[in-house]
Amino acid sequence: MSSLSVDPSKRRFLVTMTSAVGGVAALGVATPFVMSMLPSARAKAAGAPIEVDLSKIEPGMQLAVEWRGKPVWVVNRTKEMLDLLSKHDDKLTDPASETTSQQPEYCKNPTRSINPQYLIVVGICTHLGCSPSYRAEVAPADLGPDWVGGWFCPCHGSRFDLAARVFNGSPAPTNLVIPPHKYLSDTRVLIGDDQGAAA
Amino acid sequence: MQKLLNWVDERFPLTSSYKAHLSEYFAPKNFNFWYFFGSLALLMLVVQIVTGIFLTMHYKPDAALAFASVEYIMRDVDYGWLIRYIHSTGASMFFVVVYLHMFRGLIYGSYRQPRELIWIFGVIIYLVLMGEAFMGYLLPWGQMSYWGAQVIINLFSAVPFIGGALSEWIRGDYVIGDATLNRFFAFHVIALPLVLLGLVAAHLVALHEVGSNNPDGVEIKKLKGADGHPLDGIPFHPYYTVKDILGVVVFLIVFAAIVFFAPEMGGYFLEANNFIPADSLKTPEHIAPVWYFTPYYAILRAIPPIFGSQFPGVAAMGVAVLIFFALPWLDKSPVKSIRYRGPKFKIALTLFVIAFIGLGILGVLPATPLYTLISQILSGVYFAFFLLMPWYTKNDTTKPVPERVTQ
Repeated sequence: MSSLSVDPSKRRFLVTMTSAVGGVAALGVATPFVMSMLPSARAKAAGAPIEVDLSKIEPGMQLAVEWRGKPVWVVNRTKEMLDLLSKHDDKLTDPASETTSQQPEYCKNPTRSINPQYLIVVGICTHLGCSPSYRAEVAPADLGPDWVGGWFCPCHGSRFDLAARVFNGSPAPTNLVIPPHKYLSDTRVLIGDDQGAAA
Repeated sequence: MQKLLNWVDERFPLTSSYKAHLSEYFAPKNFNFWYFFGSLALLMLVVQIVTGIFLTMHYKPDAALAFASVEYIMRDVDYGWLIRYIHSTGASMFFVVVYLHMFRGLIYGSYRQPRELIWIFGVIIYLVLMGEAFMGYLLPWGQMSYWGAQVIINLFSAVPFIGGALSEWIRGDYVIGDATLNRFFAFHVIALPLVLLGLVAAHLVALHEVGSNNPDGVEIKKLKGADGHPLDGIPFHPYYTVKDILGVVVFLIVFAAIVFFAPEMGGYFLEANNFIPADSLKTPEHIAPVWYFTPYYAILRAIPPIFGSQFPGVAAMGVAVLIFFALPWLDKSPVKSIRYRGPKFKIALTLFVIAFIGLGILGVLPATPLYTLISQILSGVYFAFFLLMPWYTKNDTTKPVPERVTQ
């Protein structure tokens, strides 16, 4: 056995094994760094439900409250607003709220609400996360004669009706999200928790 | 003195590096106006790093303090306003210089063999620069910072299957918040600048390995004189250091004029809504990215959702940037420089410039059906420039390329 001879296959084996083991170690070391960027325990704990007093909202007006750092709108819809809702189903992408991720089961109805008078919806556009503007008036000059009241997203022009359903041709692919909520009394609602009512 | 130099040279390649990269780096003698922008980009990098270091001495990366600390820099720190305006103007001017530098590469075929790697390093620098600018824009924590970041981070949530988790990972929260601001600060002030410096070094090493291209697209290394130096080459120092100093002086006059007289540039360099603190409940009436992102933003808006997913628009926007990587292999022309190319390439390039600027203008305007239609047409032109390039460059009527560079 000569101490100077080289066995290429043994050398290749050692290089391969060292690279493989080193690669596994690199992945293992990278894991805590990557995981450290996920939402922290404090961020996860910040999602407590909030209570809203409905009696303070004038008819036709919108109240914006903050839940999990996001705007949640509560709208006191008038009778006229509710009457308009059923008249443009053909222009909507998802008139019957078939996309199950966008609302709890108990809000899968034409008004997308428990009590039709009050719409409770997360005010984040499903396109790229802007907060659309509340435009309750019918046919204003800047939105055109077909406007029946709803929300207009200033970022990319998505249009939603007063049940937060998206109109065809908007960049937003789905209706706005209805958060889990439940009525504590006729005028008090708890947003962010429905205590299993969705099941 | 000579003894000291000898002592250093025995331990560090000081004299030989100076010769290799400056006094005996032979650059073509026919550089023109377009060749100012490489050295100006380097100048902008230095300006941004220096002003950035001084801004971090007063800035606080905390959602509760950030906005006020920027106003503190503007009002209470001696010359803080000047340092911040140099940094904010610098961001825009960096992109002006980089876009002109890239356009130079386009017209003179500087991305062609053997300079493909220089081009690829350059495109990566451009990508990192976009990340750097985007993250820096969040730091003032104004309304535009907040909602601009909201839109861009939500682009990632459009990725099928993993999108939601991916955007949460980027934000470190369910919404943009303190965690996002803090990590963007870390990326903006240390992570990306380090990457950028490494890439710029690689860009220059690759350039000095193969040598510079020139407005004629002639390889000057093919014809060398008796001394072994290219016949059409002149030493970078003193010839081009002096030329570049002239460019720097003129550029800095323009730069200073903007810093002192129009630092907001009518809302294009610093947007009015960013002087309002970030409010997570209210989106500004009209949001638009800063001007250097608007061409891609217009492409994003031009693509409608397909099968209830906005991913196609996001993908088109990504491809619009990444397609620059493929340029060296899409161009099949026998000549490099626009001087010897035929009409097909010149028309294609003109249309591309119109599309790029047109998309840039549309990107700051609100989305109306007419503007969306124009954006769609211009997006088509943008992609056609690249995708049809193998065809129109191969069939073009080119002129013969001379042996030596022209005067």
